[in-house]
Amino acid sequence: MEVKKGPHLYGLIAEFKDEHEVVEAAKKITAEGYTKVDAYSPFPMHSIDSALKIWDPRIKWFIFFGGLCGCVFGFGLQCYISAVEYPLNIGGRPMISWPQFIPVTFECTILGAALTAVIGMMALNGLPQLYHPVFNVPGFERATKDGFFLYIEAKDPKFQLEKTKKFLEECKAAAVNVVEDERDDH
Amino acid sequence: MATDTKFEPKYNEPILTGDQSHGIMTDRIGSIVMSQDKHPNIWWAFIAFGVTFTPVLIFSIAYLVYKGIGIWGNNQPVAWACDIINFVWWIGIGHAGTLISAILLLFRQQWRNSINRFAEAMTIFAVMCAGLYPLLHTGRPWVDYWIMPYPNILGMWPQFRSPLVWDVFAISTYFTVSLLFWYIGLVPDFATLRDHSKSKVAKKIYGVVAMGWRGSARHWHRYEAAYLILAGLSTPLVLSVHSIVSLDFAVSILPGWNVTVFPPYFVAGAVFAGFAMVLLFMIPIRKWYNLEDYVTIRHIDWMAKIMLTTGLIVFYGYILEMFYCWYSGNIYEIYLCINRLSGPYAPAYFALIFCNGIAPQILWSPKMRRNLPVVFTVCIIVSIGMWLERFVIIPVSLHRDFLPSSWGMYYPTFWDYAMFLGTMGFFTLMMFLFVRFLPMLNLFEMKDLLYKLNADPSKGAGHNMVTSEKEGGK
Repeated sequence: MEVKKGPHLYGLIAEFKDEHEVVEAAKKITAEGYTKVDAYSPFPMHSIDSALKIWDPRIKWFIFFGGLCGCVFGFGLQCYISAVEYPLNIGGRPMISWPQFIPVTFECTILGAALTAVIGMMALNGLPQLYHPVFNVPGFERATKDGFFLYIEAKDPKFQLEKTKKFLEECKAAAVNVVEDERDDH
Repeated sequence: MATDTKFEPKYNEPILTGDQSHGIMTDRIGSIVMSQDKHPNIWWAFIAFGVTFTPVLIFSIAYLVYKGIGIWGNNQPVAWACDIINFVWWIGIGHAGTLISAILLLFRQQWRNSINRFAEAMTIFAVMCAGLYPLLHTGRPWVDYWIMPYPNILGMWPQFRSPLVWDVFAISTYFTVSLLFWYIGLVPDFATLRDHSKSKVAKKIYGVVAMGWRGSARHWHRYEAAYLILAGLSTPLVLSVHSIVSLDFAVSILPGWNVTVFPPYFVAGAVFAGFAMVLLFMIPIRKWYNLEDYVTIRHIDWMAKIMLTTGLIVFYGYILEMFYCWYSGNIYEIYLCINRLSGPYAPAYFALIFCNGIAPQILWSPKMRRNLPVVFTVCIIVSIGMWLERFVIIPVSLHRDFLPSSWGMYYPTFWDYAMFLGTMGFFTLMMFLFVRFLPMLNLFEMKDLLYKLNADPSKGAGHNMVTSEKEGGK
C-alpha cells in the first residue's frame, strides 16, 4: 500500500479583531453557502450559533433519557429488594411502600441525568481529543484568551483554497491561515 | 414642588470595575496561576496551618479505627454528638457553592460569575470533610460498603425506608454532581491555562485535563445546554440533600426533632452558613490577590443580603420551635424548651440566639454591609452560631428525653476537638492549594459577563460598569 507523506490540508482559518466582526463574517459565510464552518471563541456566543445555524438538541434528549433510566433503576432496585429479595413483613405493612422510596429514586434520577449530561456532552463534542489540526495554526492560542476565529473545512463542497481565502479576506479577517498537519495520508 | 425625580439608590456600585477587556481579564485572573511568583507570603501561613492540622485529622482517624468510637464523648443517651454536628455543619457550608453556581445561574444573576468557582471549590472540600463523619461514626468504617445495595453472601440488603440510607444516596449523588459541575466549568479555563502557561510541565498537565478543548462554537453550543441542565439538576438536588439530612432527625419521635419545619429550616441554615464561609474566604483573598475589580463591594453587599434573608428564615425556625413546643401541649416537647432555656446547656442556646438571631441584624444597614471588618466579624459569629444550632438540636435534645432515669450529660473529648480541627486544617489546605493551582474566578464566564455588559449595559439593572473606551464604545 502506498502511503503519501506530506502536509494534509484541513481548511482555512481566519482570525477577527473582535466579537462583532466575527459575527458579521459568520453571517456572510453562511449567506455565501458554506456549510462546514466552525467558529472559535473564548466564551459561548449565541449570535455565532444563530449566524452559523448551529442547533443540536440531542444533548437534551440524552439527559432526559439518562434521568429516566436512573429513575426506573432506582425505583426498581428498591421494589425488588424490598418485595422480592429481602421482604420484611412488619405488621402487614405493604412491601412496596412507594412514598418512602421517593428520596432514593429522586437521587438516582439526578445522578443518571447528570452523568449523561457530562458524558453525553463530551461524546457529542468528540472530547477528549488532545490533538486537533487547528492547534498548529500560529496564534490559535488566542482562541482561549481574546481571539475570535472562523474555520472553513476543506471538505466543504464550496471550498477552493484561493477563492475561499480571498473571500475570507474580504470579510475583514485580520489574518487568514491554512490549517494542515504532517500526518500520514492514504 | 414637582416630584418627578426618579429613585436614585444611594449605593449603586458596579459589578465590574477597572479597565477591562477579554485579554486583560485573562492576564489578571490567569496570572495568579500562571506566574507563581505573584503569591503573597500569607499564602504560606495558611498552608502551614493546613499542613499542621491535616496530619491531626489523619492521626485521629487512625486512632479511631484502631480504638473504636469510644474515644469520642458520645455515649448513651447522647449517641449522636460532635460527629453529627460537624457533619451537618460541613455539609451546610457546602450548600452555598451549589446555590451560587446553580440557583443564581437559573435566576440569571450575572454577578454570580465572579464568585461561583470559588464557592464550588468550597462545596467539594466541605462535602469531603462532611462525608468523613458518618462513615467513621458507623463504628466499623472498613465495612461501610455494606450500606450499598449489592448482592452478598450475607443475604443482607439496606433498609430503604430509613432516612440514613437516603442520606447515603443523597450525599454521594451530591458529591458526584458537584464534582462534575465544577470540573465541567473548569474545562475551558484549563484550556486557557494550557495555551498561556509558560512552564512546559504546566502546559502538559493543563492540556490533559482540558481534554483538548478549543472553544469551537459547536462545542460551546452543547456545553451551554449541558451546563444549564446541570444547574437545573443541582438546584432540586441541593434542596433535597439538606432536606434529607434534616429527615434523619425529623423522622424520629424525639422531642425537638419531630417537627415538620426541619427541611426548609435546615436548607436556609445551610445557605446562611455557606455564604458566611464564602465571605470569610473571599474578603481577605480578594485583597491579597488584587481581585477587587472582579469581586466588588457590590458582591459583598449582595452576599450579605442573602445572609440576612436566610438568617431571618433560620430565626423564624427558632421561634417556630418554641411555638410548637407550647402549641403541641405535649409535656416532653414543653420540657424540651424549658431545658433549652434553663437546662445545663442554656448558655449554648442563648449564644445561638445571639449569633444567628441578633448579630446578623446589623446587616440591615447598607453602610454596614459595605464595611468589610463588620461583615467579616458577622461571618465569624454566624459560623459559630450555625455550629451551636446543631449542638442545640442534637445533644441538647438527646440528653434529657422521655425517662429522667436515663438522662445524662455530654462532654466532647480531646479527639472530638482534634478531628474537628483536623477537618478545618484539611479544608484550609485544599482551599489554598486551589487558589494557587486553579483559576479561582471563572475566566470564560467573566468574559461572558463583560461581553453581555458591553452588548447591553442597561441590562444589568444598575450595573453601571466602567469600561475602557475601546471595549465599551463600539
